[in-house]
Amino acid sequence: MLKNITLGQYFPGDSVVHRLDPRTKIWMTIGLILAVFCVSSFTGYAIVLAYIVLAASITGIGMRFLVRGVKPILAIVIITFALNTFFTSTGNTLWQWNFIRVTDVGLKNAAFMAIRLMLLVLGTQILTLTTSPIALTDGLERMMRPLAKIHFPAHELAMLMSIALRFVPTLLEEADKTMRAQMARGADFESGNLMRRARAMVPLMVPLFVSAFRRADELALAMEARCYRGGTGRTRMKVLKYARIDLMAFLTLAALIVCVVLVRGLI
Amino acid sequence: MIKATGLTYAYEDGFDAVRGVDFEVYEGEFLAILGHNGSGKSTLAKLMNALFLPTGGEICVGGIVAKNEDDAFRVREKCGMVFQNPDNQIVATIVEEDVAFGLENLGVPSAEIRRRVDAALKTVGMEEHALSAPHMLSGGQKQRVAIAGVLAMRPEIIVFDEATAMLDPSGRAEVMRVVRELNKTGGVTVIWITHFMEEAAQAERILVMDEGKIAMQGTPVEVFARVEEIRALGLDAPEMILLAEELRKRGVPAQNVMTVDEMVVELCRLKS
Repeated sequence: MLKNITLGQYFPGDSVVHRLDPRTKIWMTIGLILAVFCVSSFTGYAIVLAYIVLAASITGIGMRFLVRGVKPILAIVIITFALNTFFTSTGNTLWQWNFIRVTDVGLKNAAFMAIRLMLLVLGTQILTLTTSPIALTDGLERMMRPLAKIHFPAHELAMLMSIALRFVPTLLEEADKTMRAQMARGADFESGNLMRRARAMVPLMVPLFVSAFRRADELALAMEARCYRGGTGRTRMKVLKYARIDLMAFLTLAALIVCVVLVRGLI
Repeated sequence: MIKATGLTYAYEDGFDAVRGVDFEVYEGEFLAILGHNGSGKSTLAKLMNALFLPTGGEICVGGIVAKNEDDAFRVREKCGMVFQNPDNQIVATIVEEDVAFGLENLGVPSAEIRRRVDAALKTVGMEEHALSAPHMLSGGQKQRVAIAGVLAMRPEIIVFDEATAMLDPSGRAEVMRVVRELNKTGGVTVIWITHFMEEAAQAERILVMDEGKIAMQGTPVEVFARVEEIRALGLDAPEMILLAEELRKRGVPAQNVMTVDEMVVELCRLKS
């Protein structure tokens, strides 16, 4: 029952976007976020949305998938919308009940914020959908490498992340096994209120933790046996290299930012 | 290749797992180390790999006596190790990345890593799974990936610390086949730590450990002929040895042999 959990939301494919260097995609996502925050008009949003739709169509994943990803944050979007609607006091009043007022400015602000949130999620999803977690880790490690000069543990962090990724399926499988073993002996994980169910998880968590520590111990030994001694003097099999498509991708982003800034200046 | 004199190792809690052991491992041989649980065989393995440094005596691996971390690094380059649990020794999320791990640690250039990884995967017959996720593989396949990871580093010696203990019979057979091949055609010195008699019987030489000391050593035929001593150490002789013994009791002068096939040959010889 735990096996169906997918980690991240990588959607394997072979599109141009998939083939971009992970660093390019991370920088572009940052650029896109900045662009979204630069926008001050609905026209600007239309441009950003067009860019995202175009990018999504290139990935071959389809908008339907992207829109589905917005669902988990729908509650936040609604709350933001409500707060902005009801607590803006400037502008012409459209509707009033006791102290609650809805003004035209408030409504506009609310729509603005809601669209901004949704665009942020839509845009960043292109990164997570087209980049495998391992490529993402690699990219981050390379991007953070200059920070090693100020003793920022870039390699260690990346190693941490990739080992975590490696062991998630293993530990899930183990949790599943332990759960079944305990259910076979009459443990009940599915009935009762929240407290009861939480308490039923304790006998599951304890053996899982113990085994995770044992695994960590053995893994450390196995890594040492294979001459691991941290990031210094280490080479990589796959070296990340920027290619022509990365340059083109950056150019499209530059074009987007220019458009957004121009629209901002015109209106 | 390896020479130990008075080798001793005591854990921090005072338990001395290995107590003044002397032995030698020769180049290109297939040496099995037998012993029941807690006999010190796993500790011995970690001493050969400089994962533990001896608390007494000396061990020289490929001409290096490890005294500090830098020496230990060089020892590990010469002497690779495959552990028991296939899950807990695979580091990366993709098979080929895992095989590359050791080479990356050694600082080998990228193109060379690529070549050696492909070659190592081919040697263990896992080239088709180069891009798979480790958790999708069977136990035997994972263990072969672990072997490829060590093999890619081109060690002279590989220590297998109960590498088949967690596998099913078919996984055990497939790993054993790969290892024998490495020993025969690859010229890798193999140290095979196990408590399976049938596996030890396939070695050229056996060391039997008990209470941190070497209790017996010799060729499989020599060692297993001493059935009573083997039993006293909490181990069982291989079935074919026991069969030969029973046959002799009943007046059939059968020689000690290790495998069913050899027994068939032996019986045919006696019959003719």
